[in-house]
This record gives sequence, structure tokens and C-alpha cells, in this order.
Amino acid sequence: MSDPVHAESEAFHTEDMTISMGPQHPSTHGVLRFIVKTDGEVMREAIPDVGYLHRSIEKIGEKVTWHGYVPYTDRADYLAAMFTNQAFCMAAEKLAGVEVARRGEFCRVIACELNRIASHLIAVGSFGQDIGAVTPFIHALRERETINNLMEEICGARLTYNYIRIGGVGYDITPETCGRISEFLDHFELIVDEYNRLLSYNKIFIERLAKIAVITREDAFQYNIVGPNLRASGVKWDIRRDIPYSVYPELEFDIPVGTGEKGTLGDCYDRYIVRIREMQESCRILHQCLKMLPKGPAIAKVARKFKPPAGEIYVRVEAPRGDMGFYVVSDGSEYAYRVRIRTGSFTAMSLINKISRGLMVADLIALIASLDVDAPEIDR
Amino acid sequence: MQAFVDQLIQEGYFQGLPKEIIYLGAMLLAALVVLSFFVAPLAGITSWLERRVWARMQSRVGPNRVGPQGILQWLADGIKNLLKEDIIPSAADKWLFVLAPYIVFVGFLATFVVIPFGSQLIVADLNIGIFYLLAVTSLVVVGILMAGWASNNKWSLLGGMRSAAQIVSYEIPAGLAVLTIIFVAGTMSMQGIIKAQGWAPWDWFLFYNPFTFVAFFLYFTAALAEGNRTPFDIPEAESELVAGYVTEYSGMRFLFFFFAEWGNLYVIGAIATTLFLGGWQVPPVTDNPVLIGVLQFMVFFLKAYFWVFVAMWVRGTLPRVRVDQLMSACWKYLVPLSFVSLLGTAAWMVLYPKGNRLASFGMFLMGVAILLLFFKRVNYQIRHSRPEIYWKPYI
Amino acid sequence: MEAKEIYGKLEGKFAGKVSGFQGDVMDPNLRVDPQAVVEVCRYLRDEPDLKFEILSDLTGLDLPKENKIQVVYHIYSYSHRHQIVLKVDLPRENPQLSTMEGVWKVANWLEREAFDLFGIVFEGHTDLRRILLPEDWVGHPLRKDYVEQEEYDGISTQRAPLVEKLLR
Repeated sequence: MSDPVHAESEAFHTEDMTISMGPQHPSTHGVLRFIVKTDGEVMREAIPDVGYLHRSIEKIGEKVTWHGYVPYTDRADYLAAMFTNQAFCMAAEKLAGVEVARRGEFCRVIACELNRIASHLIAVGSFGQDIGAVTPFIHALRERETINNLMEEICGARLTYNYIRIGGVGYDITPETCGRISEFLDHFELIVDEYNRLLSYNKIFIERLAKIAVITREDAFQYNIVGPNLRASGVKWDIRRDIPYSVYPELEFDIPVGTGEKGTLGDCYDRYIVRIREMQESCRILHQCLKMLPKGPAIAKVARKFKPPAGEIYVRVEAPRGDMGFYVVSDGSEYAYRVRIRTGSFTAMSLINKISRGLMVADLIALIASLDVDAPEIDR
Repeated sequence: MQAFVDQLIQEGYFQGLPKEIIYLGAMLLAALVVLSFFVAPLAGITSWLERRVWARMQSRVGPNRVGPQGILQWLADGIKNLLKEDIIPSAADKWLFVLAPYIVFVGFLATFVVIPFGSQLIVADLNIGIFYLLAVTSLVVVGILMAGWASNNKWSLLGGMRSAAQIVSYEIPAGLAVLTIIFVAGTMSMQGIIKAQGWAPWDWFLFYNPFTFVAFFLYFTAALAEGNRTPFDIPEAESELVAGYVTEYSGMRFLFFFFAEWGNLYVIGAIATTLFLGGWQVPPVTDNPVLIGVLQFMVFFLKAYFWVFVAMWVRGTLPRVRVDQLMSACWKYLVPLSFVSLLGTAAWMVLYPKGNRLASFGMFLMGVAILLLFFKRVNYQIRHSRPEIYWKPYI
Repeated sequence: MEAKEIYGKLEGKFAGKVSGFQGDVMDPNLRVDPQAVVEVCRYLRDEPDLKFEILSDLTGLDLPKENKIQVVYHIYSYSHRHQIVLKVDLPRENPQLSTMEGVWKVANWLEREAFDLFGIVFEGHTDLRRILLPEDWVGHPLRKDYVEQEEYDGISTQRAPLVEKLLR
């Protein structure tokens, strides 16, 4: 090697720094830990260390009755509690062959789409905050307060709802609440524009996110990335459209897909803008549901001691963080035999080590925030 | 101020004492007066104002309990921090750790010697005024590096090094923008620069020629970066490095860094006003020296404080840039631009040795047009913004 | 493609290694031999008619009554929109299986979780260690015969009897 630059850099010995972005950190979403090996500012490896929020919800499923397990599913992802509720209830209903009340189905979709908006608001808000723009986070939380108030009117709780029950929903939605939901939707669609003007098309924000941490289609399939992350990589796959459940076949909505408008396809900016557009699509779905809400009971008659026949089933639901799968095995008793929750954040975390080679520490923060991982989903 | 003290000696006060002692006493007294009556309340009120402005931008309220509208919040914070336990990490380098906040503070406080509050109200009108300012504000780099290293914490080290690199790099566009004005004014003394401007906006150096207009924005951006303010607040990026180089500090030491930062905002505004906005120049309305003095002080203070408000406004709006983008912005964009403005000003001065009033007036009109466009845009945003929905809680 | 056809193709290619097809339940599934499961999955992923690109889930199912632990693979295809469930039976005492990491990279973390909670050892795995529980935890919680350890790191894991609590 007669090249003087190379010779110099071989003789210049640098050490890697191992930093622990520990469980208490203002920007990891929940209690996560990364062991980051960096060479100055550029990372060599970022090894996730999860398990700080493991509450063995899967084991609890074997000890609690079917109806009694529904509040536990709330906690499996407290930011998108309706979806976990719905997935478990769908699994139980399919095992037992229960027909869900039609009004109950529509109430479920209304509650779920409101929850999707709330969860995406937190996702984009905390994304902005991790990048440094603190104002949009508070604005997003302000809108989420209204949704929390609506949820409180519907089911009495603001975060962990326990609303969707086996056979339908726990409480009926009153016409008053429907009026308030419409009012909120009219207000919210304009707020998304305001949010876009503030953050989404901001030059510094785009510079921070475009072309960073690209997830290609192949990687997305190999690592089973689901949800908005998958759609941002260009794959038009949405459980609501492709493996339809509930009343989604009757509703009209688009699936926003990342197009690499500000950088490469599948970068952090795509994952961000897909979530913003999904919020707008959820508004559309909600308008349709409010119009199509039929009359009738909100819940079907289900036995108190719920004992589905023996069998097993795998149910998928399009949660805000991806396709949430519930693999429920029943052996005919009043307790489930095995409840397995398979979440989108768990598999997204497995990808972080590979993608973060060569990124800077600040980009790791952007990557984690763009994947919208959520500690309770990972650890259950 | 030296003239004032000499006059007092002439008039027979302090009989018998040697001149050096009188000077020393006068210096210490002036430093005490400026520090306790101006700097401390200023930094405190700036911190309160920042929190209120920031909160209103986020549709919250901000501190409004302590004192009328929360204006004494900084006193409460200061007292609370003074009463806290003084924690020095056992593995930290004790003397460097203790010394670092004071060096940062010195770097910021020494600038108040040359800030011209009025035509007679300046502590020392050094004939290298602005040069002295640039030199002294670089002391904070030493303090920050000491803080980062002495904390014995990898996160602090990263933050300290990033900050040092940032401040040192942005000295260059700031210095070059300042040099542009020194060309035009012909002197480095602060009072000299202000006296070379007039009270009317088209006499300000801001509108003198297009190149100084650009130099102003260059200076302001570079100064924001030097003061570790968003969008360049990487060293204290809360969400990335916990608290950067101040992670291990607690209590009053922690506050010292922020004290210096908020006070530094004012210094940035003051320098921007002196160099570009005509300083304390007021239209000659009265002859009373006291009244003129007060008027000049108010004008200077308001002009400088407006830029403090703009810095807070920017902090509430923009996200943070990444470290390598920050460095590339400085070296690839700001430095060449500042060279262009420097050479352009020099060329302008060759073409129009006495200045071109017409061009200045034209620039002023352009500035007014930009301001009107800005207000039009603000009007659009206000018309299209949605008020919050507030429903009474269900229960 | 229907599950029966998928089973037919698999039987054609891996005769004797796949068996036990249940087609009339909600999720059609079939049993695979432990030695052949990796090649079966690779075939399922690569064959153009089947094209199962996604491993949706890899989990364990403890069946103490039949004295076996089942590893259940749910695989899905985005292009053909079909799903199949593979089950592998392993003995309870020493469950071992070769890793699926070469076929679908997501199996890395999913197998770590199966190891953590069931104790299934995956041969050939690059980094088999506990993922959700602390490194020094004893036992595999999702087994039906799991008994919690008495204390962890010096802190007792049992709830104190009521009388002791009241006296304290």
C-alpha cells in the first residue's frame, strides 16, 4: 500500500465506543434498550435488547376465562387497544361460530378507526419530537385529547378500552356521540393540513429523513415487516383489503403507499407520510360508517361461561403498527389453551440491527421513530 | 466610562487613593451593577419569556403561577437549584467539572463590557470592540469541552465534542459577516459603528447594500448555531443524548449553562442591532440628556430583544439538523456566501465610496415589501388555522 | 391455491416427510418431519406456484398430554393469497430443531422467543439466547409444567402469606 492516506489510517488506531441507549431515554418508544457500537458518530451495530416490559400476557391467557382475557389484550398494545381486543374477540367468535351483531360490527369499525387516528397521531407527533420539532407533538396530543374524550363517552376509558367484547361491543354508541364524532372529523381533516404545513413539508425535516434507512421490498418480506412500514416500501398490502374481516368489504377507502416522493422508496420519510395519509383515509371510513350505522343490538347473545369447541385459529387484524396476529388454541374448556400474540413491532425490531449499519446515531433515532415500535407490543 | 471616573477624580472624590485602586474599584462596581441589575434579571426574564412563548406556540400556557403572570419563575428556579444537593460524579475530574460552568459563564459575561446601551452608557468603548466580542465568545468552547470531558460519560463527551465542532465552525461565517460591516463602518469600535449609521431605517447598515442584507442573515444563522439554539441545538438535543454535555450536572451548575445560553441570546440580539440595525440611534426629539439616554436605552433594548423573540420563535418551529448536515451547511454554504458578501461589499465601496443613498432606499423598500409579504402569509395561516375543540368532560 | 393442492404438491416432492393433513378445519395444517422442515420451507418459499414469501409466525405449543412440543409455522403468500400451517412434533425432554433463519430472516427473533419461552433449541442459529426474559432466568415459562423459581436476584417471587403481610 503505497497510498499515503491509507497507510496513515492503518497506523491510526481508533477504538469503537459502546454506548447503551438505556431503558430510560427520552426518545425510545417505551422501555427499549439499544447497545450501540459507534465509531465516532457512525454506528457499526445497534443491538436491541428487549424484555423490559414483558408481562407474560400469553401465559395469563391460559389462566383466565375467555371473557376475562379481553382487558388483558388491551395492555398488549395500549396505544391501539381496540385492535387487540378485536383480534381476540374475532378469534373466539370464529372458534365458537358466534355471529356478531351487525350494529356491533359497525361500532367496532368506528372505534377502531378512531383508535387508529389516535395511534398515528402519537406516532407522527413523537416522530417530530425525536427529530427536534417539539411543537407538532403537542398539537398532535391536543387532537388526541379530543379522541380520548370521545372514547370516554363511548366506553368509559381513555386508553385501555375493553370495549370490543365477544359477540359485539360492550356499550352502544348514542346518536349524540355520533354527532360529536362528525364534528371532530370535520375539524380534524383541516388540522391534518395544518400539520402538513408545519412539519411534513419542512425542508429541515425532509433533509433529516429522506434516503435514510431504506427498507427494500426484499428486506420487508424477509423480516416480515407489516403495516405502514410495509406500505412505505411500495407493497400495497392491507389486511382490511386483502384478507377482509368485519364490514370492511362494504366500505370504500384507498391504501396509501409510499412512492419515494422526497427520497428513495422505503425511507423514513415514506413511513412518515404514509401514516399521515392513513389518518386521512380513516376519516373517510368513519364518515361512511357513521352514515351506514344500522339499528339493532350492539352485542350478540353469548354464553357467560364461554366454552368454544376444541380447535385453533389464526386471526389477523390491521392494527396501526401492522398486522396483528392472534393464534388461539382452544381445548373446549373455559380457559384458552394457548394465546399467541404476534405483533408488527417485534419483527420490526429484528430488522434494526441490519439496517442501522453505517447510519449515524441521530439516524438511529429517526429509524426507531419511523418504524413506530412500541415497547408493550414487543414484549407483551 | 473611564472619562466619567477621571472626572470624578478631578472633582476631588477619593482623595489620596492611587489611581489604580480607584480604577479597580470602579471596574468591580460596574461589573457588579451590570451583572446583578441587568444580566441576571435579563437572563431570568428571557427564560420566562421563552417558556411562555414556546408554550403559547404549542397551545399550552406555560408558567403563570409565581408572581404576576409567572414573571418570577426564574427566581423560584434559581432558589430551588441553589438549595439542591451538589452532586459531582465520583469518577469525574473534579476540578475541571467544577470549573467548566464558570468558564462558559465568563465567556458570555465578558461580552457585556462592550455592549453599547446608549451613547454614554457603555462600560468601556474599546477601539477593538467587535473584535474583542468575537474573541471572548469563543471561550465557551473551552468550557463546553471541559464539561463534556470531565463528566466521564460517553454521552457527555459526544455532546461536548459536537458542540465544540459546531461553535468553532460557525465562528467563521459570523466573523466574516461582521467583517463586512467593519469594512463599511471603517472602525471596530462599537460606538463608532453605531455612529456611522443613522436613526432612519434606510440609514442602517442592514439596507446599505444587498451584500450587507445577506450578511445580516448569515450573521444571525451563525450566531444561532454558536449559541446552541435550535435548529442547531444538537449538543443539548434532549431526545438524542439525554442532555448532551450537561448530563452529569445538577443544581446550580446546571443552571449556569442555561443562564449563559439565555443571556447569550441577548448578546446575539445586541450585536445584530449594533452592527445592522442602527443601535441606539434615535431621531433628535429632545435636548435633555437624561431623556435622550433613556430613549436610546429603550430603543436599543427593544431592537435587541426582538431578535431574542425571533430566536425563540425559530426554536418552537423548526426541527433539528443532523450533525453532518450542520457542518456541511456551514462549510459548503455559509462560508462561501459570506466570502461573496465580503467581496461584494468591498467592490461596492470601491464603486460608491460615499455610499449610495438611492440603493439604500431601494433596499429599504425591498425590506418593507418582504415584511408585507410575510404578514400576508401570516394572515393566511391565521385564517386557515382551526381553533381547538373543547367539549366539557362527560362526567 | 387450495390447501389440498398445496399438500398434494408437497406430498409429491417430499413423500414420507409430510403427513397428517387436516383440511376441514379453519386453518388447514399438516405435519412435517423435524429433519425435513427446512427443505420443505425452502421449497414452499421458492416454488413459483406456491411462493410463500412471508413467515407470519413461528411459535410453540406445549401438549403435555401427548408428551410433545409442537412448533407451529404459519406461512403466507402475498402473491397467491394462500396460507398454510406447518406443525413439527418434538419430544418434550429435549426439543431440538434446525433453524429456519436461512429461509426467512425473521425467524432469528421468533426462534429466540420460542427458545426463551419453551426451551426449544434451534441448531444452527447464530445467536440463540433469551430475548424477553433476563439472561439468567431459570426455566421456560410457557410450558405447562413450569414452576416459578423461588427467588430471583435475592428477591422472593412468591407472594407473602396474608398474615405475614399484616404483621409487617
